[in-house]
Amino acid sequence: MSRRLRGPLSAALLIGATFSASFVAAAPDRSKAPSPGPPVHLHLPETSRLKLANGIPVFLVERHKVPLAQVLVVLRGGASADPANRPGLASLTADLLDRGAGTRSALEISDLVDTLGAALEADAGWDTTTVGINVPVARLPEAMALLSDLVIHPTFPPEELERVRQERLTEMLQWRDDPAEIAASAFGRAVYGNHPYGRRPEGSPGSMKSVTREEVRRFHATRYTPSAAAIVMVGDVRGANALPLLERAFGSWAAAASSAASTAPPAPQISGRRVILVDKPDAPQSQIWIGRVGPPRSTPDYFPLLVANTILGGSFTSRLNHNLRETKGYTYGASSRFDFRISTGPFLASAGIQTDKTGPALTEFFKELEGIREEVPAAELERARNYAALRFPAGFETDAQVAGRVRDQFVYGLPDDYFNTYVARIQAVTSADVRRVATRWVDPRNCVVVIVGDRRKIEPQVAALHLGPLTVLSVEDALGGSEKSRKR
Amino acid sequence: MKPSLAFLLTVFAAASPALAQTPAPPAPTAAHGSAETCPRIDVPYTQLQLRNGLNVILHEDHTVPLVAVDVWFRVGSAREKPGRTGLAHLFEHILFEGSSHVKPGEFDTLLEGVGGDNNGSTNNDRTNYFEVLPSNALDLALFLESDRMGYLLDVLSPARVDQQRDVVKNERRERIENQPYGMASIRIEEEVFPPGHPYHWPVIGSMDDLTAATHEDVAGFFRSYYSPANASLVVSGDFQTEDARRKIEDWFSDVASGPKPPVLAATPAVLTSEKRVTLEDKVQLPRLYMAWITPAHFAPGDEALDLLSSVLASGKNSRLYKRLVYDMQIAQDVSAVQDSRALASMFVIAVTAREGHSLTEIERVVQEELDRLKREPPTARELERAVNQYEAGFYRALERNRDKADLLNAYDMETGRPDYFNEDLARHRALDGRDVQSATRRELPNDARVVLSVVPTGKTSLAAAKGGAR
Repeated sequence: MSRRLRGPLSAALLIGATFSASFVAAAPDRSKAPSPGPPVHLHLPETSRLKLANGIPVFLVERHKVPLAQVLVVLRGGASADPANRPGLASLTADLLDRGAGTRSALEISDLVDTLGAALEADAGWDTTTVGINVPVARLPEAMALLSDLVIHPTFPPEELERVRQERLTEMLQWRDDPAEIAASAFGRAVYGNHPYGRRPEGSPGSMKSVTREEVRRFHATRYTPSAAAIVMVGDVRGANALPLLERAFGSWAAAASSAASTAPPAPQISGRRVILVDKPDAPQSQIWIGRVGPPRSTPDYFPLLVANTILGGSFTSRLNHNLRETKGYTYGASSRFDFRISTGPFLASAGIQTDKTGPALTEFFKELEGIREEVPAAELERARNYAALRFPAGFETDAQVAGRVRDQFVYGLPDDYFNTYVARIQAVTSADVRRVATRWVDPRNCVVVIVGDRRKIEPQVAALHLGPLTVLSVEDALGGSEKSRKR
Repeated sequence: MKPSLAFLLTVFAAASPALAQTPAPPAPTAAHGSAETCPRIDVPYTQLQLRNGLNVILHEDHTVPLVAVDVWFRVGSAREKPGRTGLAHLFEHILFEGSSHVKPGEFDTLLEGVGGDNNGSTNNDRTNYFEVLPSNALDLALFLESDRMGYLLDVLSPARVDQQRDVVKNERRERIENQPYGMASIRIEEEVFPPGHPYHWPVIGSMDDLTAATHEDVAGFFRSYYSPANASLVVSGDFQTEDARRKIEDWFSDVASGPKPPVLAATPAVLTSEKRVTLEDKVQLPRLYMAWITPAHFAPGDEALDLLSSVLASGKNSRLYKRLVYDMQIAQDVSAVQDSRALASMFVIAVTAREGHSLTEIERVVQEELDRLKREPPTARELERAVNQYEAGFYRALERNRDKADLLNAYDMETGRPDYFNEDLARHRALDGRDVQSATRRELPNDARVVLSVVPTGKTSLAAAKGGAR
């Protein structure tokens, strides 16, 4: 084992608002809201960076608050690397890991997980696959041995593939009931077409019907390899005890003839505006999703985009929520987000709108999407910066939160001092920055509008707005019932 | 890293007297303790009562520079009157719309400006409000909470009520009416608890009642239930107890006292027969629900039913999952829950059928498994799985200040002991298979329950047929 222990990223990070006054409590003076006291210190968890004998990088964070440990095996490559004719293969493979591994059957694995009091996750996202376990630390050795079996020695029993196949086909059938699932499928395809991000990470019924055990086995053999992996361990462990455990579990994992997972190419941007209306008869609300292609996680505009989105739809007081919920009462909540991925994930603004207000709500959506491209008032900008920056400590409360942050550093190649500079980089965002990135990335004239609702009641409202060419789809078509209609 | 252990998990037994902050020596954390080691959960706290009757509980945790401020009012939908259902929850929404010294919209803009988040929730028995914010802004949260507790009525206008009425109606559309099987829980409560029982109507309320609620209804609700004597404030996080105590005494000193409502009394609800109900919904697959009235939270039997829910439906080896999903493959999913409440609980089993299978077929198997558990106790291994999962879930809940604050409030309201953690775990650990068997026999009778079939519109033939089960 080679060890490369490094010191803490920093002793403490000062987190301060752009206020200065400190408040001393006396009798309650209600004439003015109290200002915050001096900046707080966030003690960033020390991350020890180690390496196992076979070269797997290890990120170890000791936290001695509760007797739990969280271990993640993170693999580069996820759903966006699925073969074109096998969407869902990465996700299915991850799902099958605990259905047979080493000498244990699916039922034996489940019995062990429950007896350990463990929580297991095995999930393929767009860019990465994560296999993790959270367990009371007294039972960590057994949990590590199990995790090692799941990642390195899954057996993919044929009868378990059949079980999961039926489970997934049924799940996809049930998507027809859920307006958000319908909107997600229609939106992905409308924005991305045949690009990998146009598929569902869970795959399609056609793919799930025809996928074979040999395809799963081969996918695992080439993608689950030490050269693509990192291990994140967070919790009530001591480095001296943790390292032998990790070495025993993963140190002998040998490199296969691996093929590096491809990442998705940049997607072409939407040009012009079109509307897709999915008919869900009698729906009491319309799901409205408006969006386009956004920038990759590596964009230098990341922090300005965070602040711009906080103002537009990333907080309770954001313009979209304030307008559509608090002023108009059309919805329980409206929001927007940049879904940052390794490649060009989407920008999306969405809400569930009461059916008879679908047209008026669209008008308000577009008013706000245009408005964010104008100069933002100073007080609003300051509030958004403070909200985005000063909530930072709330992301370090649980082992799982810390593990997730460390994982992101690995997956997106974020610099070592990323957490130390996070707050300062948000506070440095200017009004000009916000206007520049909003103008570039929030373009309401070149976007896709997906509406899932009761066509009979909403089509006249939508058509009257002349937003662009309107296509009506059935729920089945929106979910990709006819796979040939995929071409854009 | 700063070893700031605000609460410690110790491996020795140390009684922590209530009303005192208990200093505990640092725990040697066992990296390789045996599975039998059950670290004692120690959550030191300070409790006090202000002159106006407000209950206050303080718990220091210096891990992260945050505080969670959590206010509970002992009022939920159970206090509503027929014709005005949904009022407790509508009222919760209105409490964010400003008070005498907080202009409309400012509640949120002030908190966001310091990096704080906030929300609230309403259930049958209580309403909660919380803020999570950097610890240097504790004063702001206390200012906002004290102002809406003391100075709401002066600025409460019909327009504010109307505005949140529309939002709440959209909450009902989004979270219930537009969700598959969304109406099932409303129908189950209606059938399980008789008209007039405080759990007969749903927390969200009916659309008609939401329309009918007047400004005076809302104001009256505040006067009856929102006095400090009916409230509890927990602060958990990075502060010094003496400093926080002083701030709280300052901010709440001018909040006028008010009536403490009498304890809610209800005629115990009893089901005297098996009620079979069918509900059509826009869904692809039928789902079977079985529901019983069961012992209230912390009443004898409550904990055995918690474990029974795991034995039935948690993990691939659980009785219902193993048979219906794994072996027979006639169901897509199973769940079972002891939904513990203050006046009476509900035990609910739910199973979604696979395509081509009827709920009669599903019910027959569920009944076989219930009968088997009534005949012979579950194994020690089954209980070990359930208890170990319960224990680990506990530790996970204690990682976040907001969750801890909520548990301190819940235990204090329901048991009078904010740090009832160990006792709660102990009542589950103490059970054996026979306890679970006898609770199943006693609490889940075949002739006093609700059997609800949710079927795709027009396909009532898929409903569980009476007599088909045996």
